Formats: sequence, structure tokens, C-alpha cells
Amino acid sequence: MNLSIPIVWMIVGMGIVTYIPRLLPLILLQTENWPTWSKKMLSRVPYAVLGALIFPGILSVHENVFYGLFGGIIAILFAYLNMPLIVVVGGTIVSLAAMTYIF
Amino acid sequence: MESVSNLYHQEESVLKKGIVNGLPIAIGYMPVALTFGLIAGSTGLSVAEAVLMSMIVFAGASQYMALTMIALGSGALEIILATFIVNFRHLLMSAAISEMGEKSSKKVRALYAFGLTDEVFAVASTKEAPIRSHYIIGLGISAYTSWVFFTGVGFYAGSFLPAIIQESMAIALYALFIALLIPSIKKEGKIVIALAFLGGIFHTIFQVWMATGWAIMFGTIAAVVILEGIEQVFFKGRDTR
Repeated sequence: MNLSIPIVWMIVGMGIVTYIPRLLPLILLQTENWPTWSKKMLSRVPYAVLGALIFPGILSVHENVFYGLFGGIIAILFAYLNMPLIVVVGGTIVSLAAMTYIF
Repeated sequence: MESVSNLYHQEESVLKKGIVNGLPIAIGYMPVALTFGLIAGSTGLSVAEAVLMSMIVFAGASQYMALTMIALGSGALEIILATFIVNFRHLLMSAAISEMGEKSSKKVRALYAFGLTDEVFAVASTKEAPIRSHYIIGLGISAYTSWVFFTGVGFYAGSFLPAIIQESMAIALYALFIALLIPSIKKEGKIVIALAFLGGIFHTIFQVWMATGWAIMFGTIAAVVILEGIEQVFFKGRDTR
């Protein structure tokens, strides 16, 4: 095992500062008595996060912008047909590979 | 006694469901972790250091950033500070889970908090509330196993996948996010489209002058707040759901 002590300390530090924001709201926040509007806003966070995670990142999966756009459209089609998550992900990968192979 | 064992089996099946639903995340992490392992090697980290980082930090973006900064000769404190800044956005996600998750002990929450990456959050939070704790733990197990395992594989094997598959695997996480969004759009309609659209637009705008982690956080806040404002003004607070 080749572990340098300064690197280990750096990794531990990175681990702590990553864990803190993931942990604190979960053990400190008591949202039960919060007003309804603030609870509604929290429950809407996931969809806004999804939008922000998809765009604009999807455009840069490949130097060709259309690669990501095309993959996105395939994923939308699979998901629209109510396919399970794993099929949407696997199907999109395979379709894109096939497309790249053909063209 | 019997009810206790029933409860145990119920939790066990929730855990299993989480592990299974976490498989798409595991697939999505594979190319990202392989590449991380590969670059870690070329940056001069040992395999033990690379795998340890994936085990302890478990955050893709900041691990990549750390490699870049190590290569540039940055000090440990700088790298830790940058990691903190990039991962600050998780405050918002954990707050949302805190509201949507089932009641559970602080110990259990502290356990699944460790695995709350963007992707685990995305899969968990699109489930109907109250989200089961063991479900989130299951998602975390799948995601974490893939992340740590493929970091090690990537270090030695590098890109053992054919280029064409590797290129197309880069779409995996985006396909996952889309697969999570579409059923919610079908169920809840235009409000979800509006939120996702605004989230994407504001992320794009904020990205111009802030790091991605912050742009995602402020983009999300802007989307939620502005939509609430629009509703108040145009629909007089009527619930549009």
C-alpha cells in the first residue's frame, strides 16, 4: 500500500467538507412547523435540480453538440414509453453506440 | 415477535428495491469512475490514494477538481476549500430530503446523508413522499459500490471499453435524469416542465460567472423562487398543481 500521509489528510479534509452539507440539514432541520409555502418550495427543488443537472451539461458530452441532443431525444422517447430506468439508460447508450457505428 | 420480524423483512425489501433502483446510477458512474481512476494514475496518485479518495469523499466533481489542482501544484487547504465550495449545493438537496423523507433516527439519517450525491438525490427525491430511509440507503449502496470499484479498475485498466461504447456511456447520467423527469411531467404536468426549464436556463446563466456547484444551487433557488413569484402574481397563490 502506497499512501502518502499529506495526501491522506487532504482526502480526509475533502471528505469532511463534503459530508457536512449533506448531513446538517438532515439532522438539524425541523420542517414540520414550517409554513406551507416553504414546504411546497422545498418539494419543488428536485425538478429544478434535474433541469439544472441536464442542461447545459448534456450539450458537452461530446465535442459535437448534436451527440448529446440526440441522446437526450432517445432517452425522452424511451422514458415516454414508460420503460424502467435501467432500460432507458441502457437503451440510450446502445442506440447512441449504434448510431455512431452506422454514421 | 412476529410483527417485529415482519417489519424487518419489510425494511429489507425496501433496501433491496433501493439497491435495484440504484443500478442505473451504478451504470452511469462506471465511465466517470473509470476515467477518474485513469487520470488519478497519470496525476501521480497511487491506486490506494485514488481508491481511498473515492471511498471517503464520494463526490465526482470535486474529486476531478482535486486532480486538476494537484496537477497544478495547489496546496491541500486550497483543495479542501474548493471542495467545500463545490459541494455546498448539497445543503439544498439535503434540506429537500429532510422535508420529504420519512421520520427516522439521526443515526439513520447520518448514514444515508453520506451517500447523497446529485444522482442519489435525483432518484430518491422523485419518489413520492414520505421517502423510505432504507430506500435511500439502498440507492447509496449501488452508487457507492460502483464508484469505488470502478475507480480501482480504471487505475489499472484505464479505458478498457471500446471507444465507441465509452463515448456513448457519457450520456448515461443524462439519460437517467431524463428518465426521472418524464414520469413526473406525465403525472404533474406543466409545473414540472416549468421548474426543469427554469433550472436549466438559470444554471446556464449563472455558469457564466460562477463555478458549476454554485450555479446549480443558485439556478435551482432562482427557478423555485421565480416560479412561486409568477404564481403569486398571476394566479394569486392558487395551487396550480
